[in-house]
Amino acid sequence: MYPYLRLGPFLLQLPLLALLAGLYIGMSLVERESARLKLNPSVIGNMIFYSLLAGLVGGRLGYALEFPGLYSSNPLSLLALTPSTLSPSMGLTVGLITFVIFLQRNRLPLRPTLDALAPGLALFMVFTGLAHILSGDAYGTPTSVPWAIRLWNDYRHPSQFYETFSALMIFLVIRERFPKPEGAGLNFLLTVALSSASRVFLESFRGDSIFWPGGFREAQVIALVIMAISLYWMRKWMWLDSASEVKSLKGVNP
Amino acid sequence: MTESASSSRKRRWEIIMALSLAAGILWTMFSRVPSAIGAPLSVAPSPREGFLAPDFTLDTLDGNKVTLSGLRGKIVVVNLWATWCLPCRQETPALEKAYEQYKDSGVVILGVDLTNQDLVSDVESFVQEFKLTYPILLDRDGSVGYQYQIKGIPTTFFINRVGIIRTMVVGGPMSETFIRSKIEALLKESQ
Repeated sequence: MYPYLRLGPFLLQLPLLALLAGLYIGMSLVERESARLKLNPSVIGNMIFYSLLAGLVGGRLGYALEFPGLYSSNPLSLLALTPSTLSPSMGLTVGLITFVIFLQRNRLPLRPTLDALAPGLALFMVFTGLAHILSGDAYGTPTSVPWAIRLWNDYRHPSQFYETFSALMIFLVIRERFPKPEGAGLNFLLTVALSSASRVFLESFRGDSIFWPGGFREAQVIALVIMAISLYWMRKWMWLDSASEVKSLKGVNP
Repeated sequence: MTESASSSRKRRWEIIMALSLAAGILWTMFSRVPSAIGAPLSVAPSPREGFLAPDFTLDTLDGNKVTLSGLRGKIVVVNLWATWCLPCRQETPALEKAYEQYKDSGVVILGVDLTNQDLVSDVESFVQEFKLTYPILLDRDGSVGYQYQIKGIPTTFFINRVGIIRTMVVGGPMSETFIRSKIEALLKESQ
């Protein structure tokens, strides 16, 4: 694990650099995929940029709302460059709302737009795994398996490596010509479903899980729900496509 | 492709999807840990978030001794610093203000000076200059710095009442708002 690199007086946060690299390369993949799907790459790029920006602002405001007295007396603190003063749930919500608004305002077709995001998202997940390898976050449970790694004063499952390997496999499935359901929007839903399935499986090797009553892991249950929703929509869009195909065939050959 | 071939392929995907979901549900049930609620599984001492803060005993500047584990039941902020470090100097007034504000709520701030890289006389001047009232500990042989795997200073650990590190901040300076928000979060957690 190499969380920091000292360069003279500067202390570089390597996990953050890995995430930025993932974002940069992921964005270029999204733009390429947008062009392939005959969407305007710069509009899609702007959509991602504004959604991320809104997510950051929303995340900071969400955190400040938890401590209204502190931030109202010192509003300049809202501009501080500290990632640990962000509310992830609020950031995600505001980012998604911005995404939907941008989509509607620019009259972007939902399903091809989602497909354009799929390879970039899958690649970003690989870099998230690399960031975890560098930081030592998302660490595994203590174990005696022969491939255990020594981390945080114990021998543990190399959960960060499992995560990165799984994300790499998902990226290859999404990018390459593996057999998969065909239709607009399905590549994106497949990315989400596979990533959720991977989290459902791998969460049980994590040592930092939050537990709910009954001993259920929070992340596992949430991933399972996301997986079910994405599979439901995959099924719905698959049959919707075939219904419209049949209609158009009947229209041509009455 | 004929309509029936397309339908049968979709049916095949449906079966795969249903089986995957069923496997996910079964795995979630199978991998439950009924004895664990709320906290992560591992509470071994390690200098990172979610772990028990490694214990230490150090001399204070005024000749007393402080043991970290002896402060269980209190919220503890451990700030590792040195007099020559500029961000440490910049964040010290904010730490002092926070200490004055929260000391009666069961919050302790420990300023651990890395004395193996510093001079005790400089530490004394520093304390006088900033009129510090929170305990200043002397890590004379650097053992606490080593134990806490310090990569740069200042490094600060926000520890809850049961001794678990909730936030770790490498670098600085931390603003007063930031410090207070982290302390407030720990106070809320223990309510």
